[in-house]
Amino acid sequence: MKKQANGSLPIHIEDLTVAYREEPVLWDVDLDVPDGTLMAIVGPNGAGKSTLIKTILDLIQPAAGQVRIYDRPYSEQRSLVAYLPQRGSVDWDFPTNGLDVVMMGRYGHLGWLKRPGPTERRLALEALTKVGMQEYAARQISQLSGGQQQRVFLARALVQDAQIYLMDEPFQGVDATTEKAIITVLRELRAAGRTVVVVHHNLETVPEYFDHVLLLNVRVIAVGPVAEIFTPANLRRAYGGHVEFLLAKAEEPNPLPVQERTNGQSV
Amino acid sequence: MDSLFDFLLLIFTDYTLRTVTLGAMILGLVSGLLGSFAVLRKQSLLGDAMSHAALPGVVIAFILTGSKAPLVLMLGALAAGWLGALLVQLVVDQTRIPQDSVLGIVLAVFFGVGLVLLTWVQRQGSANQSGLDTFLFGRAAALVMRDVWAMAGVGGAGLLLVGLFWKEFKLLSFDPDFAATLGFPVGLLNVLLTTLIVVAVVVGLQTVGVVLMSAMIVAPAAGARQWTDRLDRMVLLAALFGALAGMSGALISSLSRGLPTGPMVVLCASLLVGISLLFAPNRGLVGAWLRQQRNHRQLRRSAVLEALYGLALSHGDATHAHQLGAVRAAIPGVDVRRTLAALESDGLARGHGGDLWGLTPAGAEEAQRELHRFERHGLDELPTRPSSYPFSAEIDPAEVVK
Repeated sequence: MKKQANGSLPIHIEDLTVAYREEPVLWDVDLDVPDGTLMAIVGPNGAGKSTLIKTILDLIQPAAGQVRIYDRPYSEQRSLVAYLPQRGSVDWDFPTNGLDVVMMGRYGHLGWLKRPGPTERRLALEALTKVGMQEYAARQISQLSGGQQQRVFLARALVQDAQIYLMDEPFQGVDATTEKAIITVLRELRAAGRTVVVVHHNLETVPEYFDHVLLLNVRVIAVGPVAEIFTPANLRRAYGGHVEFLLAKAEEPNPLPVQERTNGQSV
Repeated sequence: MDSLFDFLLLIFTDYTLRTVTLGAMILGLVSGLLGSFAVLRKQSLLGDAMSHAALPGVVIAFILTGSKAPLVLMLGALAAGWLGALLVQLVVDQTRIPQDSVLGIVLAVFFGVGLVLLTWVQRQGSANQSGLDTFLFGRAAALVMRDVWAMAGVGGAGLLLVGLFWKEFKLLSFDPDFAATLGFPVGLLNVLLTTLIVVAVVVGLQTVGVVLMSAMIVAPAAGARQWTDRLDRMVLLAALFGALAGMSGALISSLSRGLPTGPMVVLCASLLVGISLLFAPNRGLVGAWLRQQRNHRQLRRSAVLEALYGLALSHGDATHAHQLGAVRAAIPGVDVRRTLAALESDGLARGHGGDLWGLTPAGAEEAQRELHRFERHGLDELPTRPSSYPFSAEIDPAEVVK
């Protein structure tokens, strides 16, 4: 399902293969992300979801294939892309506060040698306010709860003021307040015409939160609008044997699939 | 030594003491400042590996040039230390051997080569080479002003780079992947920062020696981290701690012939770490212990108050006294007697003799307040109480207290 005019696509991926040592993590991935979409990447553990995001960001070198951001390599389009890494990827005992972390989102715009000043401080405070964290700006980051840390990271991505936002499991282990804050921000971004791609774990909330979905399991299983793609058949293909259990959550509360699971445990 | 004043005056008048003190201070300052980044990046062991790796560089530099000029030997140390760091990075990237193992291997190999070369040079017997072995354990007393200038120059260059790339180093230390997505050349910055740590090591080699130098990288930074939650303050404090350790170590060792400077400096730095670990306000162990004791005391008081109140409620009188045993049974695992004594001295509980205890009216009000506080937060969210807890919800507490 390739479009002829990929010239203006925020993200265009062709024949992408990534391998750690000999093991392929992503295999022959083709992906087009249209403008202004809110796309979830879902798939089982080890499906290569994070790897896909990191490869788009040039953090991982692919074995084959290419990634285009608005028809150019990422290295030329950095300022158009914001990144929200997994919360667990940094040491939160680092001696700094929330505001300082958010200001790091401006370092790319600042370039070399220039120090962040009042402008960066103001932008960072605005972003913190957007995620409901303005009161915690001065708090040492280790004293924030997991959800608050996640919102600090979200604010750091916001302050990058990009066209494309790549988020690695922002909903992982957060409280209800944070989940609401994140989804509000995601919708605002979409309303502003930005493109957001989110690695997501909770199948239950996919139809509610996202308009597009990519089902990934090393290969692309299916991709497109949630209404068309997020079907039991596709999910079964992506998740293999565990699908009945997941489907019970993904669909309406329906006793049948749960029963199926208890009967058919010989997966 | 007639008085402290005379002693301090010596620092300004006595050439050797002044040189050594100055050298030790510069060493402490530079290693504290640069070591902060090593500690924050969890690369404390890197300093150890680099200092040992520097030894063959020193000897080879001497063999090649025949000179013992400090700058020549420092450059040799720098080159070897840097090569060691590069090798570590290479092996970590290319194999599955974890970094700490690689550091251990590189440390041993380089140090072994250094010792072999050192022994060989000493066998050659030219009078000139005696003194190279000072690099093993350091010999601060042999420092001359020329060395101090070289240390200041090399160290100053390091400080300048940290000042220039402050923002970049901070981001690199906190979140290197994010730095890479912003377009900063993370690999290059890594090499630069590692080089600076090697610089710190090289600055201290002559004074402290390769064996103890790693302590100077780690100790001031680890101590400073205890006192502050801001990177700039931590780095400055680490520099201060380092300089302080250098100064006091040099001065203490000058008091007696048997006290070598390098080890004294390291001991002073360790003492600062010990003090920081124990007494720093937020992260210190003593403060944490005191806070914990206070919390436990508070929880015990609440538990006993509420137990007495709950027991009394079933008699329709909030101050009704009960046997100590009944209170104990209501809240097992709490040192009831000691807590009751504390409550009595606060006028919240009263002993009626014969192990009979009850609340005072003030205590009953306090207990009520505690219970209301829990209700506001939602009793469901509280950890489940022991089932023996005799709180009776049927009786309206307000009526009982009147």
